[in-house]
Amino acid sequence: MSEWLENHLPKVVLAPSFIAVLIFVYGFIGWTAWVSLTRSKLLPKYEIKGFIQYERLFDSPRWDTAINNLYIFGALFIVIAMVLGLLLAILLDQKIRVEGAIRTIYLYPMALSMIVTGTAWKWILNPGLGIESMVQGWGFPNFEFDWLVNPDYAIYTIVIAAIWQSSGFVMALFLAGLRSVDGEIIKAAQVDGIPTWRIYTAIIIPSMAPIFLSAFIVLAHLAIKSFDLVIALTGGGPGYATDLPATYMYAMAFSRGDIGQAASSAMIMMLVVFAIVVPYLYSELRAKND
Amino acid sequence: MKRFAFATVSTLAVAAGSSAVAEPQAEVLHWWTSGGEAKSVAVLQEEFASNGGTWTDMPVAGGGGDAAMTALRARVLAGNAPTAVQLKGPAIQEWYEEGVLADISNVAEAEGWAEVLPASIAGHMKCEGTWCAAPVNVHRIDWIWANADVLAANGIEMPKTWDEFNAAAEKLQAAGVIPLAHGGQAWQDATVFEAVVMGIGGPEFYQKALVDLDPEALTSDTMVQVFDQMRTLRGYVDENFSGRDWNLATAMVMNGEAAFQIMGDWAKGEFLAAGKKPGEDFLCASTPGDGYLYNVDSFAMFDVDGDDKRAGQELLAKLIVAPNFQEVFNLNKGSIPARTDVALDKFDICAQISAEDMGSTSANGSLLPSYAHGMALRGSQAGAITDVVTAHFNSDISSQDAVQQLADAVANSY
Amino acid sequence: MTDLSMPQTQPRTQSATGKIALRWLLYVLLGLFALYYLMPLFVMLTTSLKSLEEIRTGSLISLPREVSFDAWKTAWSGACTGIQCEGLRPYFWNSVLIAVPAVFLSTLLGALNGYVVAQWRFKGANIIFSLMLFGCFIPFQVVLLPMARLLGMMGIAGTIPGLIFVHVIYGLGFTTLFFRNYYVTIPSELTKAARVDGAGFMRIFWSIFLPLSLPIIVVTVIWQFTQIWNDFLFGVSFSQAGTQPVTVALNNIVNSTTGVKEYNVDMAAAIIAGLPTLLVYVVAGKYFIRGLTAGSVKG
Repeated sequence: MSEWLENHLPKVVLAPSFIAVLIFVYGFIGWTAWVSLTRSKLLPKYEIKGFIQYERLFDSPRWDTAINNLYIFGALFIVIAMVLGLLLAILLDQKIRVEGAIRTIYLYPMALSMIVTGTAWKWILNPGLGIESMVQGWGFPNFEFDWLVNPDYAIYTIVIAAIWQSSGFVMALFLAGLRSVDGEIIKAAQVDGIPTWRIYTAIIIPSMAPIFLSAFIVLAHLAIKSFDLVIALTGGGPGYATDLPATYMYAMAFSRGDIGQAASSAMIMMLVVFAIVVPYLYSELRAKND
Repeated sequence: MKRFAFATVSTLAVAAGSSAVAEPQAEVLHWWTSGGEAKSVAVLQEEFASNGGTWTDMPVAGGGGDAAMTALRARVLAGNAPTAVQLKGPAIQEWYEEGVLADISNVAEAEGWAEVLPASIAGHMKCEGTWCAAPVNVHRIDWIWANADVLAANGIEMPKTWDEFNAAAEKLQAAGVIPLAHGGQAWQDATVFEAVVMGIGGPEFYQKALVDLDPEALTSDTMVQVFDQMRTLRGYVDENFSGRDWNLATAMVMNGEAAFQIMGDWAKGEFLAAGKKPGEDFLCASTPGDGYLYNVDSFAMFDVDGDDKRAGQELLAKLIVAPNFQEVFNLNKGSIPARTDVALDKFDICAQISAEDMGSTSANGSLLPSYAHGMALRGSQAGAITDVVTAHFNSDISSQDAVQQLADAVANSY
Repeated sequence: MTDLSMPQTQPRTQSATGKIALRWLLYVLLGLFALYYLMPLFVMLTTSLKSLEEIRTGSLISLPREVSFDAWKTAWSGACTGIQCEGLRPYFWNSVLIAVPAVFLSTLLGALNGYVVAQWRFKGANIIFSLMLFGCFIPFQVVLLPMARLLGMMGIAGTIPGLIFVHVIYGLGFTTLFFRNYYVTIPSELTKAARVDGAGFMRIFWSIFLPLSLPIIVVTVIWQFTQIWNDFLFGVSFSQAGTQPVTVALNNIVNSTTGVKEYNVDMAAAIIAGLPTLLVYVVAGKYFIRGLTAGSVKG
């Protein structure tokens, strides 16, 4: 008995978490799939009525906007936050005198919830109150920065605030990566007269590949879950120009009492996540297990 | 860990201890959390306590009650519904249909609610003939607020029709004043929209279009005119209106930057808080046209176990509609009492106009529920309309297209 | 350490002034980015120190004419979050009661899971890990309703243990990821050697892996603490009167719909509610980078 236990202990230890994930993640996805096939309104109902919710979803211009915004927002946010994070990490790695202080400044936004930093951002980005009026006040009357109130550009202000919040964290990841690159190889490269930028692009950055996985997972999960940010900054507006699937789903489920519709949007959202994340995870994990 | 376990046990013990005593008890879920609102609710809590009740406060603010509704859903699904919940409009009937509301008819009948409430408001409090909610107040939505000095300086009177409004706005614009202070948030766009529907189409049209959702009314020429007027109004707001909170728009009227604002009567609270006097510093009038759009806040009682909780519900319902609370609460909140037999001597001029109009419109059938504030339609229909209204206001969609989208969205919302 | 700035190993000829200019450029760039990151905090801080009158009349992003800490006092112990006007203070303790056990449990479980997945690979372990990782991506709005139902069935709806449970479950994906990535860098020969010496599964964990784990524990604790402390959605859905966390109270102060807005109190409240996490980042930030450096980010 005890031998069996000793042999199977790893599985026994992992089991509770695995079962919890099965129920609370996959079970709930299954539940959502079921509800998406019903006409649930205020509270969930379980009588299947076919694909009506999906038809309604694809007929909704607001959903089109939301899903397009997810692509724009997600792509820009992940790419810019990674590039900026890497850039900041490289800059900070040049033996900066007050590194600790600067690092903390870059990192702190992650610690604050968007419920109110959103208000501050709203003021800063508002043309009448914030940057635009400030710069105009300095004597540049033609300066324009009205993205927040422009339906075509408002989504980019969400990107700006989201990058503000998360790029410091990405910087920390990359900074840690830079610090763990083998110094000998770099010295050797420098002795060989390889220019600095080549050392970065050819040696250091490729050696940090695993960090890109961590950064990607953190950022992708933030992008998909971005919710507080939109609510606090634009409330989805102007109009519904900055709606994201998460805010669409929330509006349907909780302010409109249209749970079936919310469930169908959640399923499409999960599909998008699945299509992007799974191939990535697969290739990463397989490569690492060689 | 030990400490934590101890704390949990002790909170449980407190909860168990208080429920063992058979006295009126209520856990009240509401979203009145800010200064003036919270003080108004505190009045109710004090009365509740002085009648021997124990009030447990469960405030959840945000999004005009969205967050509270999220919490409510989770609580109901967990089988742990709060005793009383701030709910309004058709949402009351929706929850009733889910079979989770309690019947408070015996209180309503004993207190004679039917005699003191206007019929259309009483209708919102009933579910298939039984009373299921208690009204707290009446907010009027179709108000237009104005800066008295700005109007006087430009020789403008409060407009009686939308044409007059447009003429006044042109004049103001020429004088360098922002004619309309507005915050570009979906619910504010909807607030203006319904005032325009009422003003241009009249009460009957409003009833058909935004209460009955008659497809003919929704696609009619009148609706096209409504959207035209919305486009005109878009020209009267400043460039930075998008996302602005309503109170910042009110501040623009206050400091003379803008002349008018269309907003419910909570805007009055903002003026009063800044020390402005109604009739002198700022003016209030109903938006151009006839009729009266109301938003009635109310509390619904949920089905709960335990005599103490049921006693709490009955006591609460009784106190909410009682004249004393109706007066004190509404003096604080800027709205007017739901019951018609409360003396209005202590109320300001705007509230008195509101009460008078409520009486007259109730008599001629033009006392109508606000769609923008969730009184006229269920959530998914109201939301579908708001999507179109706000999309139109914030883009350059033509009125014809908007009308078509409106009809499609409503059809797709069932 | 990447010593790219060491001048003696630079073979290319660069004038001293050019180097100094480059150095200046570097600091200017870093300074500009610091401004970008500090701007919202600056707005929040200055607003919290202004009087309401000044906010109403003045520019929103300017220094206060008269500094006043009244708003801070109100936010902490006087602002109305409902009919109680006791500020954030009573809710703070709830958040602590939720965050501390939830962080502890999810970190412990993450460590054990990571240890198994990285060092005791059995058939299917990788699939299990991927499944758990994918769980990080489930939008929390999706799980609210079924979770409410299950919490009700378990009898812990509206309680602090219920909230702890929810946070532990949805923290598992990330904590497992962190520990797995850390432990995978420890040579598996170590485990093998220990087993030859007769040490068991738990023994190896307690006496070999856990003592090595301090850096990654710091990282995980910081991450989890931030997530749980700042959570609003679970806090608002799965609490009841008396168990609401500080974010819900903050939202109650900030998000009134038809009341008069006191921006100075809002901002002060926001900073107060964020202080524990800010403090964690400032104090433990150094260990955070160190922890990440120590191997968490290595594949």
